[in-house]
Amino acid sequence: MSLHTFPLNVNGDKRMVTARFADTLLFVLRGRLGLTGAKPGCLNGDCGACSVNVDGWPMKSCLMLAVEAIGKEVTTIEGLKDTPIQKAFVENFAFQCGYCTPGFIMNCHALIKQHPDAGDDTIKEWLESNICRCTGYAEIEKAVKSVLEKK
Amino acid sequence: MLPFDFDYYRPQSLSEAVELYQYVAQQGKKPMFFSGGTELITLGRIDLAHADAVIDIKGIAEGRVMEMDGEYLVLGSTLSLTNIEEANPFPLLTKTSSEIADHTARGKITVGGNICGQIFYREAVLPFLLSDSQVVLVGPKGVKTAFIHDVFNQELQLEKGEFLVQLATERRFVEAPSISIKRRQQWDTGYPLITIAALKIDREIRVAISGLCPFPFRSREVEEVLNRQGVTGEARVERALTVLPRPILNDIEGSTEYRLFVLKNLFIDVLRSLDGMTV
Repeated sequence: MSLHTFPLNVNGDKRMVTARFADTLLFVLRGRLGLTGAKPGCLNGDCGACSVNVDGWPMKSCLMLAVEAIGKEVTTIEGLKDTPIQKAFVENFAFQCGYCTPGFIMNCHALIKQHPDAGDDTIKEWLESNICRCTGYAEIEKAVKSVLEKK
Repeated sequence: MLPFDFDYYRPQSLSEAVELYQYVAQQGKKPMFFSGGTELITLGRIDLAHADAVIDIKGIAEGRVMEMDGEYLVLGSTLSLTNIEEANPFPLLTKTSSEIADHTARGKITVGGNICGQIFYREAVLPFLLSDSQVVLVGPKGVKTAFIHDVFNQELQLEKGEFLVQLATERRFVEAPSISIKRRQQWDTGYPLITIAALKIDREIRVAISGLCPFPFRSREVEEVLNRQGVTGEARVERALTVLPRPILNDIEGSTEYRLFVLKNLFIDVLRSLDGMTV
């Protein structure tokens, strides 16, 4: 096994990681940096549970090699502090078991930043990337719309 | 989690990428050009893809181009589908690619990666087939420009060590009336049953199809029938179904008969939209 040490910018900090080039960003965030907020789900880019933000855009961290993230700003759920979307998820009970929640919040957070005037079509297009096995979609929709409307 | 190791290179120029590929191959190892990389990451996990060395071409400036150059729209192969959708320089491409995978994944999948992918849908190629685009390839013999029809036959015919750098499309095609429809087995997500893209230029309709056969295609025979004068729309559609390439897929997404039923209705939708057909 061939290990390499390289820098990643995660949640505003420069972190040195030692990993294989074949390791996904998800694996390195969780296994090397202890950032377990991004959840392993399908590991195939389908479920969105592992979503993070990379340079302000949503990214499924199971679909990205950690080495590809060199020079990019990676934000995980641990990097969000009292953001409007986190508050909205609490106020709207937008979760049940909570497993999909970090991924949904990271996708919603990027959506609100990139498209503060997003309408129904844009919201649907973006949020189709995440699956909630508890089917809490109505509450998640309410949460993201409550933040967009305030803007 | 990929069960094998590879070396990783991130060349900054076309020549560096080509040389790296040759260097790795000369050592008896298997190099792979890597753009969005989603296929290597997902198929590699289940032992359906393998590389000893990954050559990530996203750092090469030529692959990031998105500009009008005279009468041509030039798009770099390593632009993500989201990059292209957000800028929307080619509405038919935006519409077609916006149905690929899902929004977040499209931030990783690149236009060149989709066209060159193993997965047989390769829907991003459809607008380029319809618009007689030119492709820019680079390889050991240098940079080569070719009409897409000369190098795309079911898949992009790349020589060893070659990769797709850019696609150039004439403005008149970019601005032509067009439609793109994706039909799935159910709902709005999941793998496609059939995707059809169509464009009207010089009073003729062109169609390109993905998901019907195990490869995307544009068929002159189908177009000739669909554009035939003095024949009703219904008759043209029925006739078009008899001149399709083979084989027609017959899998868990849909039987051959069902795909042909869906395609028949897609042809009608295209003729309604672009040819004023009434049923």
